[in-house]
Amino acid sequence: MIEFALNNAWLIPLLPALAFVLIGLVFKPLPKVSAFVGIVSILTSFVLAVSVGIGVISKGGELVEHPLKQVVTWFSMNGLTIEVGVQIDPTSAMMLFVVTLVSALVNIYSLGYMRGDPGFARFYAYLALFAASMLTLVISPNLLQMFVAWELVGLCSYLLIGFWFFKYSAREAAKKAFITTRTGDFGLLLGILLLQVNFGTLDLMTLAERIPNFTEYGLTAGVLTLIASILFLGPIGKSGQFPLHVWLPDAMEGPTPVSALIHAATMVVAGVYLTGRTLILFQTVPGAMAFVAVMGAFTALFAATIAFTQTEMKKILAYSTVSQLGYMMLALGAGSLSASMFHLMTHAFFKALMFLGAGSVLHAMSNEADIWKYGGLKKKMPITYWTFLIGCLAISGIFPFAGFFSKDLILEVVWAQSSLSGHAHGPFQGLYSLLFIVGALTAMMTAFYMFRMFFLTFHGEPRDKSFHPHESPFPMAMPLVVLGFLSVVGGWVGWPTLHEGFSYFVRFGEYEQGHWNFLLVGISTVLALVGIGGAAYIYLLNKVSHEALAKRFALLYKLSFNKFYIDEIYLWIIHNIIDGLGRVLWWFDVTIVDGIIDGFGKSAQYMGSLLRRVQTGKLQDYALVLFAGVIILVLILGLTDTNTAHLSLLGGVR
Amino acid sequence: MNFMFWVIAVITLGSALMMVLDKNIFHSALYMIVTFLGVAGIYVLLQADFLAAVQVLVYGGAIAVFIVFGIMLIQRGNMKQTNLFSKSAALAGLVSLGLIVINVVMVLKTEWPISGAAPPEDTVNQIAELMFTKMVIPFEVAAILLLVALLGAVIIAKEVKKTS
Amino acid sequence: MIGLEHFLIFSGTLFCIGLFGALAKRNVIAILMGLEIMLNSVNINLVAFSRYVTTGDLTGHVFAIFVVAVAAAEVAVGLALIVSIYRSRMSVNAEDFDWLKW
Repeated sequence: MIEFALNNAWLIPLLPALAFVLIGLVFKPLPKVSAFVGIVSILTSFVLAVSVGIGVISKGGELVEHPLKQVVTWFSMNGLTIEVGVQIDPTSAMMLFVVTLVSALVNIYSLGYMRGDPGFARFYAYLALFAASMLTLVISPNLLQMFVAWELVGLCSYLLIGFWFFKYSAREAAKKAFITTRTGDFGLLLGILLLQVNFGTLDLMTLAERIPNFTEYGLTAGVLTLIASILFLGPIGKSGQFPLHVWLPDAMEGPTPVSALIHAATMVVAGVYLTGRTLILFQTVPGAMAFVAVMGAFTALFAATIAFTQTEMKKILAYSTVSQLGYMMLALGAGSLSASMFHLMTHAFFKALMFLGAGSVLHAMSNEADIWKYGGLKKKMPITYWTFLIGCLAISGIFPFAGFFSKDLILEVVWAQSSLSGHAHGPFQGLYSLLFIVGALTAMMTAFYMFRMFFLTFHGEPRDKSFHPHESPFPMAMPLVVLGFLSVVGGWVGWPTLHEGFSYFVRFGEYEQGHWNFLLVGISTVLALVGIGGAAYIYLLNKVSHEALAKRFALLYKLSFNKFYIDEIYLWIIHNIIDGLGRVLWWFDVTIVDGIIDGFGKSAQYMGSLLRRVQTGKLQDYALVLFAGVIILVLILGLTDTNTAHLSLLGGVR
Repeated sequence: MNFMFWVIAVITLGSALMMVLDKNIFHSALYMIVTFLGVAGIYVLLQADFLAAVQVLVYGGAIAVFIVFGIMLIQRGNMKQTNLFSKSAALAGLVSLGLIVINVVMVLKTEWPISGAAPPEDTVNQIAELMFTKMVIPFEVAAILLLVALLGAVIIAKEVKKTS
Repeated sequence: MIGLEHFLIFSGTLFCIGLFGALAKRNVIAILMGLEIMLNSVNINLVAFSRYVTTGDLTGHVFAIFVVAVAAAEVAVGLALIVSIYRSRMSVNAEDFDWLKW
């Protein structure tokens, strides 16, 4: 079974693709059958992914250096070979596991959440297509296949955000998501092209060999930094880093299972995954890596400040996702693939958990999203309450929950790169110190706003008596429990002193045995508790009025609540600069280009109207022309060399 | 003979010029008659006496009269300003001048094979001989041509009966 | 000495004057008159060549007589045409007869 799974890993994305085709073509009128097909396919893929995971672990560290790769050549021409295939190593095996798990749980959850929706079958078809695309992305052996799958997941995101297409806001959000990620994809494609042109290949393993010797390929460090930065634009768009983060909060227009699957656990981490896969490129040019780290840290802080004041549950979670993605990028920027992927995995667990929990709350509160209308749901929805609490504790980084280990590891690797640790090297030490402080600060803010949401939603008295919440049905509650369990134990694979733990398998470069850094543990726990305490002080115990606080920091509150007006700035740019440019070019096209073309026509007309006057219709004028021609002929013949060539020009000479 | 040539040449060319330049068509017709007579004089200088006679008879007697008839039939009213220039007159003048220049240059440049023999005294006899032996067919054809022209002129100039 | 060239130049000039009259005048009768002058100049040319180049042979004279005959016929028909056109168009201005174009 395990050998079969390892050798036929291409089945993992294929089964959901088949489900998509079947649901789309055959089973669309039958919702229950569609759901069945969708769930069965993704569960089968999950089983295969677990087998692959077990196989990878049982082989020890062998696959880290020599991944299992199966490729076929799609087509090749001089200088370019396109291959498609599968690359199994611990990183991709981990991603397979996470994606299939969360996807299966979301499929099951949707049985309850989307029941009665007229687009039920369509929803399952899209979910299956998304699963197939994402799975293709994570097992890609080369950048081109990854890019194709990247675009496909973008398409699925568009389809699923705009699922309720009769809503104007959903349509606009879908368009915004697609266009914003497309803007990043422009840079990604450019980066891929530059890599292909300079290194002659897009295969990940071959690139890993060639990139460190970049001087042999005629590149300077500066140019390579530029290439890396351009390539990083794709992850900026897809993983919602500043400034292309604007689509993620709006993507909450989609159904909650979609938010859980795509915008928490899987698609948005595609950018992180890509950066992790091409980490050799960033490590070769530390400037690019510092750029990644700065982007990550800034995004983390930025999103956290906005999440402080938001009033919709899913929006808070969305900004939280952006913030945590920033953390993952920060870890990559510090050169650690392990920390980033570890946090990716644990974040998938607890963020999907919290999103599904939010869906549970929305389902109970008839889709009312304002948390100021919630309150006291603890008694009415116990399962949701306890699993959500686990999720909040995990994200705040409280021992022994999953988030503690992964966030701690991130802070550790940033610390190691910074001057504070005392044994770092490299030119950016001071920068990393700053980033460490930012990261720690953000951890505190994360705890604060998550628990603000938690207390307002579940504790206190119900603020709006018109709702009658109830616990969710089994298909919705079961995934919550599973994810809650994983949020507790999922971090233990990264226990620092564990031999052959998570960091042994998913790593980049040499293996360093982890150890407990109690200073950092202390700092992060204290900060988290401060955050939770602050939230409790204000929102649970109501010792300080939140309205008074808002008035005191009115400017900050306003900036935070309006998302720092980024959307308005973008709209202004689009309306004035881009549209203005469009108008200029339109003028140019109509006046100058058309003018030239019309000019040709008009000049022909003009010449015609001039030449027309020769045809007067009067015999005298024609006779005049005849005799004038005689004079000309005589002059030509008389004054030039009358050799045969010239005479033949005049005609009549044989 | 030189002197006469120049006199007749000046008269002929001068009256031809006046014919084309005058704005009164009747005056033009009269100048044309003078031109014909001048040409007859040139014929005499060329020892073509029969031809000179024919010239005066036919041209001066018939054709000129014909033209005057035509003028009288067509033109009504004041004869002044009846013979104006067309719009391309200047261009035509230039072309004519150009042709004159070309002609002069070519004539002066060519080596003419002039035979120095004496011209025949009696031209009528020789013309008659030629006309009825070597040139009899053109002669007959010319006769037919004249007949056809006569008929044609009559038919063309006939008035169309009004049908009503 | 008056030679062939004098007569040739004379006849050429007379031809060009007649040409000018044919090209530059509005009245169709004037055009006809110009035509007649041109024919006369051709005659002079023929007779001059006959006199100076082929002195014994009077073919040039005969040719000239035929030209005169044809010129006469042409004037007849031409005037008949002019009368006919005058009747239908009430004009003898050559600039009014412009149907040789579209």
